Amino acid sequence: MTKGGEGGFIKNGEQMKKSGAEILVECLKREGVKHIFGYPGGVVLNIFDTLYDEKDIKLILTRHEQGAVHAADGYARASGKVGVAIVTSGPGATNTVTGIANASMDSVPIVVFSGQVPTMLIGNDAFQEADIVGITRPCTKYNYLVKDINDLAKTVREAFHIASTGRPGPVLIDLPKDVTAGKTDFIWPQHIQIRSYNPTYEGNKWMIKQAAHEIARAKKPVIMAGGGVILSGASKELKELAEFMDIPVTMTLMGLGGFPGTHNLSLGMLGMHGTYYANMAVQNADLLIGIGVRFDDRVTGKTASFAPNAKIVHIDIDPTSIRKNVRVDVPVVGDVKLVLKEILKILKEEVGKEQWSAIRKSWLKQMEQWKKERPLTYRYDEKIIKPEFVIEKIYELTKGNAIICTEVGQNQMWAAQFYKYDKPRRFLSSGGLGTMGFGFPAAIGAQLACPNDLVIDIAGDGSIQMNIQELATAVINKLPVKVAILNNHYLGMVRQWQELFFRERYSHTYLDVVPDFVKVAEAYNAVGLRATKPEEVEPVLKEALKVKDKPVFMDFVVDWREKVYPMVPAGASIDEMLFEEEKQEGKTEKKLKAVK
Amino acid sequence: MRHTISVLVENKFGVLSRISGLFSGRGYNIESLSVGETIDPQISIMTIVTTGDDQIIEQITKQLNKLIDVIKVVDFMEIEHVEREMVLVKVAPKKEDKAEVLRLAEIFRGRIVDSGPKTFTIEVTGDEKKIGAFVELMKGYGIKEFVRTGKVAMAREGVKKREE
Repeated sequence: MTKGGEGGFIKNGEQMKKSGAEILVECLKREGVKHIFGYPGGVVLNIFDTLYDEKDIKLILTRHEQGAVHAADGYARASGKVGVAIVTSGPGATNTVTGIANASMDSVPIVVFSGQVPTMLIGNDAFQEADIVGITRPCTKYNYLVKDINDLAKTVREAFHIASTGRPGPVLIDLPKDVTAGKTDFIWPQHIQIRSYNPTYEGNKWMIKQAAHEIARAKKPVIMAGGGVILSGASKELKELAEFMDIPVTMTLMGLGGFPGTHNLSLGMLGMHGTYYANMAVQNADLLIGIGVRFDDRVTGKTASFAPNAKIVHIDIDPTSIRKNVRVDVPVVGDVKLVLKEILKILKEEVGKEQWSAIRKSWLKQMEQWKKERPLTYRYDEKIIKPEFVIEKIYELTKGNAIICTEVGQNQMWAAQFYKYDKPRRFLSSGGLGTMGFGFPAAIGAQLACPNDLVIDIAGDGSIQMNIQELATAVINKLPVKVAILNNHYLGMVRQWQELFFRERYSHTYLDVVPDFVKVAEAYNAVGLRATKPEEVEPVLKEALKVKDKPVFMDFVVDWREKVYPMVPAGASIDEMLFEEEKQEGKTEKKLKAVK
Repeated sequence: MRHTISVLVENKFGVLSRISGLFSGRGYNIESLSVGETIDPQISIMTIVTTGDDQIIEQITKQLNKLIDVIKVVDFMEIEHVEREMVLVKVAPKKEDKAEVLRLAEIFRGRIVDSGPKTFTIEVTGDEKKIGAFVELMKGYGIKEFVRTGKVAMAREGVKKREE
C-alpha cells in the first residue's frame, strides 16, 4: 500500500478501500490528534487493532473509562486542543457519562468515540448494548450514531468542528462494530458546512457601542471574567481593557488565570467562597461587565439582590447564557476576544486615558480599603497543618508556574483562593458539574499535553479515592504528576455545611477508613510521602518536586476542623458573608438566623 | 402566556427527542406538538404550543436555536397568523338527537367521515376556540371516542416574521 495524494490511499491509480477503523485513525491524524485516552472492549477491537501499529498517535490506556474522559478533558483544558477518548459499548460507554457531562458544563472540547453493537443488533438488547446516543443527548453538544461507513469521515470532521467552535463542548460518536470492520473508499471532506450551525463570532456593532459607552460612563465599574475569556484566548485584550480604563477584575472559578491573579487590579474569585473585596465590589458597583460568564448560582448567590446598583453588560458567545439567570442591560453575543477588541478600539478613539484615572481613583481606593479590611487569610498553627498553608507553600515553591488541577470540595476552594494564577490554562477544575475524581485523571491529561510543565493535583482524601486507579496510568507512562492530598478524614465541604447548617450532625461524612496513601503509592510503584507537622510540609514538597519520572502522592495530614471562608450561605446575597473569626465569637449563629 | 412556536429542523432520526428532551430537561411545558415533513424532504417542521413568561419563552427560543439540528425558530406571538387543528369525535346520540348532531356538525363545517348504526364520526377543523366550542356541544350527546391533532400555524401574507 502506498500513500497517495490528498484523496487517500492510491494503488495503481485506483483508490484503495480502507476499513472503518483505518478511516477513523486516518481522520484523527488529519485532525492533528497525538494522544487518545481509551479502554478496549469487544466491539472496538478493530479500532484498537489499527491503533496497535500506529506511530503518530499514542493510545493512553487508563484504568477506567471515566478516567479516560477526564484525562481527555484535562488534555483539552491545558492545551486548547480537542481531547479524544475511545471506549467500548455498554458499560464502557456509560462509564463516560460523568466525564462527558463534566466537559459539557465547563465547555471543554472533547470527542468521545464509543463502540456499539453491530447495526443489525441495535435495539435487540444485545450483549453490552446501551443506547449511549440517547443517554448522552442532554449532556453533549451534539452526538452521532454512524450507521453507514460512508458517513464516517464526514462525521468525524463535523464532530471536531462542532466540539471546538462556538461555545466548545463534548461530542460523542457511536460506532457500530460493522461500521469499523467494513470497507469503503476513503474520502476526506475538504470543507464542511452545517447549515443549521453558525455560531455568532462578531458582536452586534450597535450593542458593542452601547457597551463601550456604558464603560466610559461608569464611575464604579467591575469586570467579572469567566471561562469564556480563557476559551476565546482573550486574556491579552481583557488585561488591556482593565488597565486602560482602570477597572478592577474579579474572576469566576472557571475564569481564574484569565486575568493575572497577582495584578493590582485583580480582586480574585467572587461568589460563594469569593473574596470579601470581590463580592463587595460587585454589590457596590454601578456597572458590572460580565465577560464569558454564565452567572452561575455559586457566583450570584441570591439573584434578586445581585449587583443591585449596577447596570449589567454581558458578553458571551452563547445567547442562551444571556438573561438566563440575571437581568442584562447591554447584551453582546459574540466571541469575547473579538468583542473586547472592538470595545477597546471605540474607547481608545473616544476616551483619553488621563480623564479616567482621576474618576477611578476613589473607586480603586475603596478596593484597597476592602482588601485591607478583610484580606483572604487563615490562622496559622504551629502544631497542626492548615490546608491553606500547604497551598501557600506549593505556590511559593512553584513560583506560581505550575498547572494546578483540583478535585472538588474544600481542596478546590483553597486551591482557587490561595494559589495565584497569572496565566490562562493553569487552573483546571470541575466548575459546573463539581465532579469529585476529576483532578487526578485531568492532571494526567494535562501532563501529556504539557510534558515540560509541572502538574499538581490538589486533592482531598475523599476525592482522590474516586479515581485513584489512574495511578497505574501515570506510573506506566512515567508521568511525574504530583498529588497533594489534604487529608482530613472527612468529606470536608459537606462536613462544613453540616457543622454550619445541620447542627453538627456529621451524617456519613467521616471517612472512618482512609487508606495509607503512602503505601498505596508504593504499591503502584509510585512515590509516597507524608507530612504530619507544619515544618514537614516544605521538605515533603521539595522532595516531591525532585521526582521527574513517576507520580508522587503527598499525604498532608491536615486540621479537620478547618473550613473554607469567606462563605456565602446558599440563598443569601453575596455580601452576606460568614467569616472565620465570627464563628469563634459566636456571631455566625446569629448571622445564619438572620439570613434564613 | 401561551405561545405557538414553529421550528424548522433537519429531518434526521433523534431530532424529535432532542427537542422534547430540551423541554423536559429544562422544565418547560409542551401543550401540543405536531411534526411533519416540508416540501424539502430533508427538513421537517414542528409546531409547538408552550406556555411561560417572557423570560422563559426567550430561553426556549434561544435553547431551540442552539440545538445543532434546528434551522429556524419562529414565535407566532405578535405575528398575524392562522392556526388550525383538527379533531375527530365519535358520538353516539340517541335516536331523537341524531338530526340535531348532524345540524351542529354542519354549523361547524364538520364532515361526517364514518357512520354506523350507533355512531357518527365527525371531523372538524379550525382554531382552538372553534374546536373547543364544538367539543363542548358534543359532550351533551355522548362522546365515545375523541382524538385531536396538535396545532399548526402559518404567518399571513405580507407579515414579517420575527425570527428569534
